[in-house]
Amino acid sequence: MAAIVKWENGIKHWATGISVIQLFALIYAGTEFDQSATSFQWKEELQWIQLPLGSLGEFVIKYSLGIDGLSFLLIALTGFISFLAIINSHSIQEKKGAYFSLVLLLNAALMGCFLSRDLFLFYVFFEFMLLPMYFLIGIWGGPRKNYASIKFFLYTLIGSLFILIVMLGISLAYIDPYETAKHLGLIQEGQNFDLEALKNIQTAIANKEIANYDLVHSFDMQALSDVNNCQTTSILHPNSGWLLNGMSARMWGFWLLFIGFAIKLPMVPLHTWLPDAHVEAPTPISVLLAGVLLKIGAYGWLRTAIPFFPKEALESANIMAALGAISIIYGAYNALAMSDLKKLVAYSSVSHMGFVLLGIASFHAEGWQGAIYQLVSHGILSSLLFLVVGVLYERTHDRQIDHYSGIATLMPRFTLISGIAIFASLGLPGFSGFIGEFFSLLGAFTSPYIHPAWAVLGAFGILLGAGYFLWTFQKVYLGKTQVFNSDWKLPDLNRLEIFSLFSLGILSILFGILPQLILDWSKYFVSNFLTTLH
Amino acid sequence: MSLLLLIPLLPLIGFAINGLAYPKLSKSIAGIVGTIPPLVAFVISLQLFLNFDGQTQIIQLADWIKVADLSIPFAFQIDALSIMMLLVITGVGTLIHLYSMGYMAHDAGFGKFFSFLNLFIFFMLILVLGANFTVLFIGWEGVGLCSYLLIGFWNQKNSYGDAARKAFIMNRIGDLGFLVGIFLLIQEFGTTDYQTIFSTIKDGTEVGNIGLIAFCLFIGAMGKSAQIPLFTWLPDAMAGPTPVSALIHAATMVTAGIYMVIRANALFELSPEVLHFVGWIGLATALLGAAIGLFQNDIKKVLAYSTVSQLGYMFMGLGASAYTASFFHVMTHAFFKALLFLGAGSVIHAMSDEQDIRKMGGLKSKMPITYLTFLLGTIAISGIPPFAGFFSKDEILAALYHHDFAMWCLAILGSALTSFYMFRVFILTFWGDFRGTEKQAHHLHESPWSMTIPLIILAVFSVGGGLINLPHFAGGNEFLAHWLAPILPEPHEVGEVSFFSLEMGAPLVAAFLPAIFAIYYFGIQKAVPGNDESVQGIQKVIYRKFYIDEIYDFVFVRPIQVLSTFFAQVIDFLVIDLIVEGVGKTVKTASDEIRKAQTGNVGYYIFMMVLSIALILVLTLRSRIL
Repeated sequence: MAAIVKWENGIKHWATGISVIQLFALIYAGTEFDQSATSFQWKEELQWIQLPLGSLGEFVIKYSLGIDGLSFLLIALTGFISFLAIINSHSIQEKKGAYFSLVLLLNAALMGCFLSRDLFLFYVFFEFMLLPMYFLIGIWGGPRKNYASIKFFLYTLIGSLFILIVMLGISLAYIDPYETAKHLGLIQEGQNFDLEALKNIQTAIANKEIANYDLVHSFDMQALSDVNNCQTTSILHPNSGWLLNGMSARMWGFWLLFIGFAIKLPMVPLHTWLPDAHVEAPTPISVLLAGVLLKIGAYGWLRTAIPFFPKEALESANIMAALGAISIIYGAYNALAMSDLKKLVAYSSVSHMGFVLLGIASFHAEGWQGAIYQLVSHGILSSLLFLVVGVLYERTHDRQIDHYSGIATLMPRFTLISGIAIFASLGLPGFSGFIGEFFSLLGAFTSPYIHPAWAVLGAFGILLGAGYFLWTFQKVYLGKTQVFNSDWKLPDLNRLEIFSLFSLGILSILFGILPQLILDWSKYFVSNFLTTLH
Repeated sequence: MSLLLLIPLLPLIGFAINGLAYPKLSKSIAGIVGTIPPLVAFVISLQLFLNFDGQTQIIQLADWIKVADLSIPFAFQIDALSIMMLLVITGVGTLIHLYSMGYMAHDAGFGKFFSFLNLFIFFMLILVLGANFTVLFIGWEGVGLCSYLLIGFWNQKNSYGDAARKAFIMNRIGDLGFLVGIFLLIQEFGTTDYQTIFSTIKDGTEVGNIGLIAFCLFIGAMGKSAQIPLFTWLPDAMAGPTPVSALIHAATMVTAGIYMVIRANALFELSPEVLHFVGWIGLATALLGAAIGLFQNDIKKVLAYSTVSQLGYMFMGLGASAYTASFFHVMTHAFFKALLFLGAGSVIHAMSDEQDIRKMGGLKSKMPITYLTFLLGTIAISGIPPFAGFFSKDEILAALYHHDFAMWCLAILGSALTSFYMFRVFILTFWGDFRGTEKQAHHLHESPWSMTIPLIILAVFSVGGGLINLPHFAGGNEFLAHWLAPILPEPHEVGEVSFFSLEMGAPLVAAFLPAIFAIYYFGIQKAVPGNDESVQGIQKVIYRKFYIDEIYDFVFVRPIQVLSTFFAQVIDFLVIDLIVEGVGKTVKTASDEIRKAQTGNVGYYIFMMVLSIALILVLTLRSRIL
């Protein structure tokens, strides 16, 4: 028994140690990574499941990982934010062993998501995030944790269902030429596949020169991104002429994937799980949720929805942009009405992630670079904001904005870092928030695919952002010093808090002054992608 | 060129030292650490000015951002315009830092104050040094931040916090326009570099949307330079310490809009309708500001509305393409308005933070230096020759006379109002009998040297500042006009003016007559404005600033609040969540019903199984047969 108690106390150190090792691995990866490479690096590929289905051909599922610039930015973010979440978990006193195991499990699932090159594997990791998240909110959450965790679970499950439908449909419809060639013995394991060979196989498949049971279906994202791999008989083929409610099967495919991931982003009107989940989740889990989990939504679009259905995505650009602009404005309006500090930050997240959608909808290099930058920037800033809220909550267990006033005199350091967080979040030049918003909006404004009005509408989000952030800052920090309960003790930041908060604040300033540190990573991903897209 | 880099770098270092060391650094050291950077920067600027050979120089510091085809370098541009701005910012800035050492001596946040002031100087220098609109925008938003921090410097008081927030948000409205302007520039020109954009225009290349670009940029200027409809933040901004009002809200930041328009004059010249709009907005603002200034009783509020009004004059000049005249007024206004604000600060300091001129009076003997310098400032702003304000304002008026006669007439009216309210404030403050409390009377004293020296220096410039661009008829050589000529369009020919013409005479009458009337009414008749309740009729409307704040509150602020509550309480909470929960409930009810099929009766299961097999068999056979 005593051993278990002791182990429970030490587990935090174990978790911290593991995440530090992960950080070092990431730093090593960062230094070894070749930014100018056009394809994935450090590929790792193993056959996982092989399923011959007779006349349907053969199904191959691979354990296939690799990183490119986009993946690297997001795994680096995941590593750093997980580290901060773990070291800021001191408020967790019950069932520590289970808690830290789940956090590390979540970290593994997130990493897996950002590294997978096989859609099936990606989906497995994607689903796997649900489990730890559900329990982390459901066990260690606040008073309405059951409601919040079930809402989170169901919302995400419905999204997963949509993704599952498309995943099965598209892998049935597509033939992986590489795997087929391997199956036929035309190439050996690990051998490279040149463009001409690829064309030959594709023609052979199209002309039905290869027997049905020799065709290999896979979930390889690259194979699924080439529309030439689609069987002519399938409804997903561009020329199939199949319509449902006036929409082609490919359009349905795009929108199902889009909505599946939009729930994660979250996009208005699919966002109402987020404020509840945040309010009930303990601080470190909020940090992980806002800092990393939401990014999966945009990542999913960039890796699956858009490359699988590029033409359909381009045709839908205006609707996407409208949804982005609505998210920005609607999220900001809601934030204005909030009296709970954490809900306010949650809605500001909705607003800020709207910029990502708007940037992506531009299908323009500036917009995409901005959107990817915004992912990283929001990861840093939302983590910072949730930690700021956590600092107050831990001291008083109260998050009502009007229960605080003038705490600047009590907590000057905390006020300084909160000020930095707020001005960075409202997009002041010199902080990372500005660059992300600037380029997302610029891309949307100059894009030939969408109406510039959406960018102008989105720009009003910057104004509303200044409104709710400065109002909150004034209410809580400025004015006459007065708090709701005179028993409250409000000591200034301790060393751990200074480290966590200021490291995020400094990162935001660093990336704001030297944005190329981020932009260089996503540069080749964006330019390659867009050249193949147009 | 390394010296040039020191100009913005020094204030940044000052900010860092005072910011990091606060509150450990002693006040005297903090003051020196804060004052040296602008002083040295001024000396370097002066040297730049003296050695300037007329060639525009671009100093590229870094590539900064490269995204796809767009490249935004972090570059500085040294030319006639930026050098002049450097001199004003660092020169007036140094004096105000010096003044602050005395003014803020008893404030607990002394080091923090200097650190913010330095940061402001840094961003202001970035604003004028930037070689492209993006760098300008960084400075533009940066000074907005500093303005927020300094207006709300005494943030314990909630109304001061409100004023700071209002300033930031109103500026942001303008900044949105500016941002869209930058987007349009990138769309049309593929860059934000001044040189590339202006040379493209000068080459006569057809470029679309020029008018729209100019208009969007001007929206930015409206916010920063407090023009209708975005002017109401500036009077409220007087909540900040007085040196801040002098530096940021009179001499430098608020003139950034004028600087920007002059910088982009090539764009504005191609869009006459926008220039026309600029002129009329300027005129309306000048008149509105002057009218409200007539009845205000807070010494800083009067000066604030006067600033709004004077900025209007500058935009009027821009509207008439009289760029030199407007810039001339930017410079002289920096001298005399900084002087007036600092003088007001000196009075407020002596009066133990009293700002109401009805409770002042008779300070002449107690504060001779403040009295004399304030008088010089008053004469200068009223446009009485041969003080600085006369020449600069007269140049704007002369341009208007040839541009649009109706505008000229209204501008003369505004000029008369200016002269009246300035002399009113001056007389009520310094002449007559003291109307304050015993305690205040006992405490009255002249300010320390650190405050009076800046007053004296600024007074000298307010008197002699006209020399910078003394017209030919007064024996001058129009230095500023020649200096700025390379970056401005060809000036319109203005014929020789005679001293006895309407053009020359009217401004003089408008300067002298109201002054004499004010001296008679307030000085000799010793009239003192009554308390707030006694104000009636139209006067009350003006005193209450035409209820513009209340109108904005009703038209903009309230609807936003209502809408945000509606979104949160109705759409999110009732509509979306109700649907979500409804779906959940339906599924649960349905599954409760279906669960009833699981009876646990084995016979029932077998029966269903047989039935199903039969059904499948029938269906399969049917499809085979058909």
